[in-house]
Amino acid sequence: MTTTYSVTAPVPKKRARPFENLFSRQSLPLPAIIFMIVVTQIPLILTLRYSLERWNLLRPERRAFIWFNNYINILENRDFWTIILNTLVLTLSVVVLSLILGMLLALLLNREFPGRNIVRTMLITPFLIMPTVSAVLWKNVLFNPAFGLLAAIYAMLGLPRPDLLADAPMASVITVIVWQWTPFMMLILLAGLQSLDAEQMEASQIDGAGRVTQFRYIVLPHLQRYIEIAVLMETLFILSVFGEIFVTTTGGPGIQTTNLSFGIYQEAFQRWNIGEASAMGIYAIILANIVVLLFVRVLRRGRHEGVTA
Amino acid sequence: MLRSMLVLVVLLFLVGGTLVSAQDPVELTIATVNNPDMVVMESFTEVFEAAYPNISLNWVILPENELRATVTTDVATGSSTFDIVTVGMFEAPIWAQNGWIHSIDDLAAQYPDNVQADYGFDDLLPGVKLGLSYENELYALPFYGESSMLFYNKAMFAEAGLEMPEQPTWDQVREFACALHDPDNGRYGIALRGLPGWGEIMAPLTTVVNTYGGRWFDENWEPQLNSPEWNAAVSFYVNLINECGQPGATGTGFTEALTLMAQGQAAMWVDATVAAGFLSNPEQSQIVDDLGFAPAPVGPVAKGNHWLWAWSLAIPSTTTHVAEALQFATWATSRDYIELVGTTNGWATIPPGTRVSTYERAEYLEAAPFAPVVLGLMESADPTDSTRDTVPYVGVQFVGIPEFQGIGTDVSQLIAEALAGDNTVEAALARANEITREAMEEAGYYDG
Repeated sequence: MTTTYSVTAPVPKKRARPFENLFSRQSLPLPAIIFMIVVTQIPLILTLRYSLERWNLLRPERRAFIWFNNYINILENRDFWTIILNTLVLTLSVVVLSLILGMLLALLLNREFPGRNIVRTMLITPFLIMPTVSAVLWKNVLFNPAFGLLAAIYAMLGLPRPDLLADAPMASVITVIVWQWTPFMMLILLAGLQSLDAEQMEASQIDGAGRVTQFRYIVLPHLQRYIEIAVLMETLFILSVFGEIFVTTTGGPGIQTTNLSFGIYQEAFQRWNIGEASAMGIYAIILANIVVLLFVRVLRRGRHEGVTA
Repeated sequence: MLRSMLVLVVLLFLVGGTLVSAQDPVELTIATVNNPDMVVMESFTEVFEAAYPNISLNWVILPENELRATVTTDVATGSSTFDIVTVGMFEAPIWAQNGWIHSIDDLAAQYPDNVQADYGFDDLLPGVKLGLSYENELYALPFYGESSMLFYNKAMFAEAGLEMPEQPTWDQVREFACALHDPDNGRYGIALRGLPGWGEIMAPLTTVVNTYGGRWFDENWEPQLNSPEWNAAVSFYVNLINECGQPGATGTGFTEALTLMAQGQAAMWVDATVAAGFLSNPEQSQIVDDLGFAPAPVGPVAKGNHWLWAWSLAIPSTTTHVAEALQFATWATSRDYIELVGTTNGWATIPPGTRVSTYERAEYLEAAPFAPVVLGLMESADPTDSTRDTVPYVGVQFVGIPEFQGIGTDVSQLIAEALAGDNTVEAALARANEITREAMEEAGYYDG
C-alpha cells in the first residue's frame, strides 16, 4: 500500500509536505510538549536564575546578582559534604536493604499457602500509609524512650531504655524508610515472579537443578528488568526523601541525618536563603543524575555477565 | 424548549450574580496558627459576621512552621493572598522594618471608626506592646501572650518532703530533680526541651543563658557563644537533662514534654505559661490536683530567666481591605472578645497574656489559679533588657534579627549533638560561634 502511494504521488504534493508536516502530523504532539516544557522546564530555569542571586527573603534590600558565588560557597561549606554523604548512605542502604527484604518476601508470597492474600495485604500496608504518619508512629509509639514500645520491652528485660533516635539516628531513619519501601520492591518483584514460566522451572528441576541454582540461573536473570525498574524508581524517591526525616530527627542530632532535600528545606525556610537553596537544588539534580546513571551502568553490566554466564 | 430553558438559566445566573454582588461583603483572608486559642477564634466567625455584615471571613489555619513559611514567602514576594496574618513577637519588628506590615498606630489614626469601640490600647501589657513595636509604633495586636514558668508535681514533692521556694534557682531545681529522678519506675526529675529548632530548645536554653550572664552578641554583633557564660549555661542544661531529666532528650519538644508532665511522669517542667491551661484541664491532664506553679528558675543573674512571646495579628501592606482588616484585628484582640470567649466557653479558656484588665477579672482569677504568677512574669519580662551585658538586639529568648531563624536552628542542631553525647559542649559551642560569625558576615553585619 505505502509503496504504491509513494510511487504515484504527484510532485507538487510532495513539495507541500514540509508545510503540511509542520502544521498537521508532526505538530500533533506540540501541545503536550509545550505543556511539559511549561511545567518542568520553567521552574528549572527560574531555579537556575535564583541560584545566581544573593537573595535572602527577609533582607530584600540586599538582593543582588552574584554569578556563581552561591555554588562556590556551598562547595566550600564542609557541612555540605556531610549532607551529600548522608544522602548517599541513606539512599544506598535503603535501596539495598529493601531489595533484599523485598526479594525474600516476594519469594515467600510466590508460594501457595493458606491465608496468602491476607498476608500479602498486610505486607503492602506500610507502603499505603503516608510517610509522615508512619514516621510519627515510629517516633512516638516505638522509639520514644519514655513511653515507647521498644523502651517498655527493654525495661521488661531489665535493660536500660534506649534512645535510638539520638544514639543511632541514621540507622533509625533507615529502618523507618526500609519498613515503608520494602512493600514497593516486594510488589514489583512478585509481579515478576508470577510471570515466570512454570514449565521452565519444572524442566530445570528435571535436569537436576537445586533451589539455589534455579534462583541464580533462572529466577534472577528473569527478574533483571523488574529489579532494574524497581531500584531505579526507588532510588529517585529515596534521594529526595523528606517527611520521615522532618518528623523523626529533624536532620539531627547535629546534621547526622540531614540529607539534601532536608538541607534545601532548611536553607530555604529556616535561613530564607533562596539563592543558596536554589543552587543546592541544582546540585541535587546533578547528584540524582549521577547516581541513577551509575545504578543503570552497574545493573546493565550485571545483565551482560548474567547472559554470558 | 431546550433553548428557552438555557436562556432561563443564563438569566437566573445574571440576576443572581447582580443580587450577590449588590450585597457582596468584603472577604478577609486570615492566616493563622493551629493553636487551640486560634481555633476558638475561628469558631466565632458567625458572631463577627453578624455584627459586621459588610465583612466575611475566610480562614487559612496552618501548623506553626508551615504558617511561618507560607506567610513569610507570601509577604516577602508581595503576593497579596492574606489580609490579616498571624505573626509572633520575633517577626513583627523585622517585618515592620521591611515595610511588609502596616503600622497599627497609623491605621487607627486614619480609620478611627474601624477600631473596636472601647479598645483601650493602654490596657495592653507594656512588655508585649514593646515587643510588637518598631521605632515606638505598634505594628501588631497581641492575640495571646505567654511567658515561661516552672510547673511541678506537688504530690511527688510532698512524698519526698521537698518544698518549692517562691523563686527557685536553677541549682535548687537541679537538686530537686536529682532527688526525684527514678527512671526505673518511669519517673523523671525534670522535663526540658531538647528538640532542635530556634523555637524549641533554644527558647528555654536562651533564658538559662541569660540568667547565667551570657548573651548572643556583643555591641558589635560579634557572637559570644564560646564565652564562659554560654559554656556554663549549656553544660548545666545538658547535664541536668542527661543526669536527672527525661530520656529521648533530642526528641522532646513542647508537646512531648507536656505529655510527660500531664501523665505524671515528670516531677518538674520549665516551659510556656500557656501549658498551665492544658495541665489544669482534666481531659488532658492526670495531675490537675497536684499541679504546682513557680516562676522560671534564676541563675547567678536575676533577669532574662523567663521569656516573652505573643501571637499577634498584623495587617500586610499588600492588602486592599485595610479598614476592614483593622476592624477584625481590633475586634479579635479586644476586651469584648475576651468577654465573649469567657462567657461562652468558660473563663479558663480565654486568650491570656495580652491585657492588664484580664488579670483584674474575678471570674478569670477564680478559674485560673496560675494567673497571678503569669501576670507577674508577663509584667517583668522585658525584651529590651534581659541580659547582664548590653546587647544590640531585642528579644528575651530570641535575637530580633532576620538571620536568627537560621542561626538559632543551626546552633540548636550543634547543641543537640552535644546533648546526644556525640560531641562535647565546648566543641559544639566553638563550632556554633564559628558558623554564627560566618552567617553574620554573609549578611553584611561587619561591612561598615
